[in-house]
Amino acid sequence: MDLKTPLYDTHVAAGGKVVPFAGYLLPIQYATGIITEHMAVRKQAGLFDVSHMGEVLYSGPDAKANVNKVITNDVDLLENGDICYSPILNHDGGFVDDCIVYKYNPDKYMIVINASNRHKDVAWFKEQLFGDVVFEDISDITAEVALQGPNSTAILEKLVAATDIPRGYYTFKENVLLDGIPCLISQTGYTGETGYEIYTSNDQITAVWNKLLEAGKDLGLIPCGLGARDTLRLEAGMPLYGHEMDDTVTPLEIGLGFFVKMEKDGGFIGKDALIAKQPFNTKRAGLKVTGKGIVREHATIYAGDLEVGMTTSGTHSPYFGYGIAMAHLNKKFAKIGTALEVDVRGRRVAVEVIKLPFYKKEQ
Amino acid sequence: MNVPQNLHYTKSHEWVLFLDDTTARIGITDFAQHELGDLVFVNLPQVGDKVEIDQVFADVESVKAVSDIYGPVTGEISAVNDELSDSPQLLNTQPYDAWFIEVKNISDKMKFLNAAEYQQFCEEDEGH
Repeated sequence: MDLKTPLYDTHVAAGGKVVPFAGYLLPIQYATGIITEHMAVRKQAGLFDVSHMGEVLYSGPDAKANVNKVITNDVDLLENGDICYSPILNHDGGFVDDCIVYKYNPDKYMIVINASNRHKDVAWFKEQLFGDVVFEDISDITAEVALQGPNSTAILEKLVAATDIPRGYYTFKENVLLDGIPCLISQTGYTGETGYEIYTSNDQITAVWNKLLEAGKDLGLIPCGLGARDTLRLEAGMPLYGHEMDDTVTPLEIGLGFFVKMEKDGGFIGKDALIAKQPFNTKRAGLKVTGKGIVREHATIYAGDLEVGMTTSGTHSPYFGYGIAMAHLNKKFAKIGTALEVDVRGRRVAVEVIKLPFYKKEQ
Repeated sequence: MNVPQNLHYTKSHEWVLFLDDTTARIGITDFAQHELGDLVFVNLPQVGDKVEIDQVFADVESVKAVSDIYGPVTGEISAVNDELSDSPQLLNTQPYDAWFIEVKNISDKMKFLNAAEYQQFCEEDEGH
């Protein structure tokens, strides 16, 4: 039985093409189509329902130590109101999930996790708890939308006091009002554009959604579905659990070493395994399709007759107009400019290794 | 949904336009393009290839997925609409002009739906 987010009826009424995703019924696209939605986010603004995401809270004197035990990044490096991205590893150094961590104060943190992993993650977090900490899974009482694109700040400024808008990337403001509705607003997203994620209660999210769409009407804001969310994150070179990462892959093999703080006090789960497994022979690489067609996930990559890797995500890039893919690639063949071939259902398609991210917004 | 009266239809959402008794053009319907979403690549066969009933003769890629296109007739491909290679979006904007292939020497054909039957079939499909 798939769950509905509080915005389900709104999506259906707006012509959203609703599909099951991670246990939820969510729009893959609206009548506008993935390409139009994608380009709205690149050029103007788009609004996504991301209420399916999971949220957990840690509070108490040992909250910090508990969070730092399960993530590889270090919340000691954050100021109050800062956010960090982090892998969450198992004892073998593979991914349980990836997440973003919000620091309210030294004794309170929120971790936002993938919907598809929520129950697994919550069980894992509970298993690791120690000391004086209160752990709560607030996923079912928390709704969330993502406002993304170059016009997103101007749209938010119509509804939120200037001082209540988080001005730094990966920062947030809690207990702020969006046209009277209490919200938490962070400058985060999964699109490679400037954008915000807005958390509120289930009963208020539809009002937030409608107010944003109304405020953004003159600034090109349109509702966007999961399809555009995936093509945008892929162009931005952002990894996705179940694609670039799973319980067998370590962050050091997919270019996420920056988010692994080996030296932090107290260590973290998976650290010993990461040390033991080094060095790694593969890396995460970007591929541009130079031949004809679209390369998707789980396609074998060849250098001549030699298998040198596997694609983990792939699509048609609406921004560039050609096929792009991310891959786990043998390091020897991962140099920028290397020409390779991918087996697409029995047909060899030419690709070239190019730099990640595929898309980077102008500063 | 646009369902022209002069065409024959299949339950796998191809349309067939007979040019004479043994020659036809084949494409995908308005319903199909709408279900598939923005189309970005078409993998076409070559002139001279055989096409057979219920056998895949081409595939189309939307942003999200690849879909096979099935032969509604058995025959020999006499022309391929190369315009689709450069402009796959024509399948979205003009599904009944954007033919895939022309088939000659047709020796067998499926039991087609007429426009009214196809329309009803799609409406039932949508209800699911």
